[in-house]
Amino acid sequence: MSGLFGPIMVIVWKDVLLELRSRDLVVSVVVFGLLVVVVFNFALNNTPGRSEELAPGILWAAFAFAAVLSMNRAFVRDQEQGGLEGLLISPVSRDAIFLGKALTSLIFMLMVEAALLPIYAVMLDFSALSWYLMLTIFLGTLGFAVVGTLFSAMAVQTRSREIMLPVLFFPVLLPVIIAAVEATTRAVGGETFIGLGRWLPLIGVFDALFLVICPWVFSFVVEE
Amino acid sequence: MANTQSMERSGGLGGFPSIKTILALITGVMMLVDLYFIFMVAPTDSVLGHVQRVFYFHVPIAIVSFLAFFVVFISSLGYLIKRTPKWDAVAHASAEVGVVFVTLALLTGIIWARPVWNTWWTWEPRLTTTMILWLIYVAYLMVRSYAPTQSKGAIYAAVVGIIGFVDVPIVYYSVVWWRSIHPSPVVGPFAQADALDGTMALVLLFSLITFLFFFTYMVAERMELRNTEEALGRIRFTLRRRGR
Repeated sequence: MSGLFGPIMVIVWKDVLLELRSRDLVVSVVVFGLLVVVVFNFALNNTPGRSEELAPGILWAAFAFAAVLSMNRAFVRDQEQGGLEGLLISPVSRDAIFLGKALTSLIFMLMVEAALLPIYAVMLDFSALSWYLMLTIFLGTLGFAVVGTLFSAMAVQTRSREIMLPVLFFPVLLPVIIAAVEATTRAVGGETFIGLGRWLPLIGVFDALFLVICPWVFSFVVEE
Repeated sequence: MANTQSMERSGGLGGFPSIKTILALITGVMMLVDLYFIFMVAPTDSVLGHVQRVFYFHVPIAIVSFLAFFVVFISSLGYLIKRTPKWDAVAHASAEVGVVFVTLALLTGIIWARPVWNTWWTWEPRLTTTMILWLIYVAYLMVRSYAPTQSKGAIYAAVVGIIGFVDVPIVYYSVVWWRSIHPSPVVGPFAQADALDGTMALVLLFSLITFLFFFTYMVAERMELRNTEEALGRIRFTLRRRGR
């Protein structure tokens, strides 16, 4: 286990350190997240009575856009400086590289969401103090991070990579977005686990399935 | 013996037509018979009238497009495991033809929906899943052509072919469950499909077989086109090297 865990932590620490020094990802994505709420507020005519109905949708649309934006950068730094080749020739399994990258994306996204959630709760007028909401956000973001990291590794190599990632990302993650919106609606409405119905298990199944498939296919994506 | 190259090109043995030519002939004849069956033999629907006949195109096309993406899935797996170009050629051809079929399925569905459900589009599970299928496999073709090299494109496409296919049932069930809490006012006479009389069911079956042949022929044609493309690429490569 330490054979996988050690390298993962090294990769995560490398990316976190880079981010701590430059701070060009988390801060800009948070600003973007605020802009999305402003746009949706006017696009959907969010009046106080409708807030409860619209808030979960706006929340997840913003999180999904923010995820694509931050994941677009996941491999760019490695690509530009040749860091990915360095990682690939180092005696580390491909699974560890994938899981390290996915964990980094998960951490960055959770940081962004932790910064945005209280602001959204105020602006969209809902109560964010629910463990089930936290669990929904964690599971949904895990799905975003796992599939997004795989697609990001492909998109960074293609022409017009900024477009390629969302084109791949959104159709595949539609079930997570649907389930997360539904679970959030219920969690914000004060429901507990039973009240959330099938939606959390659905995200859980999605995450588990792609946590198995994505590391396997990732080894083909990065091979030379 | 005298001209092996032209023999290769026609793909046949001596004077015999190639499998592709035979497929084309069968498909052509069946297509004509199918049209005759659909417009002359199948009875007019008592409720929906003639517009119901679009059903004999729509259902087979939709079924064949799902089959096409299943073929993409299997051959993508085959390509990642075996790494022989043949698997990739099948996946590529099947995906391209599948995208054409799923586009036709969506268009014929819209033609059907307007008079029958009184709306062009509804976010019903099958429609939504078909739309998502279309988006996933368009992305499949995009990632293949935008990849830095052809071999990378083949691998990326295979990855999307696998992930996409695994994702489709999850998309379907999430929309079914979503639907069950957002009932739609436009749910049309769904039972219509079950209430087929004998002749209608036979015409539908014949139409399905016709479109299966049509699909197989298109895939064979596309794979041959790919061979030609590759041959042309090689010729261009050697010419360029000789030129400089």
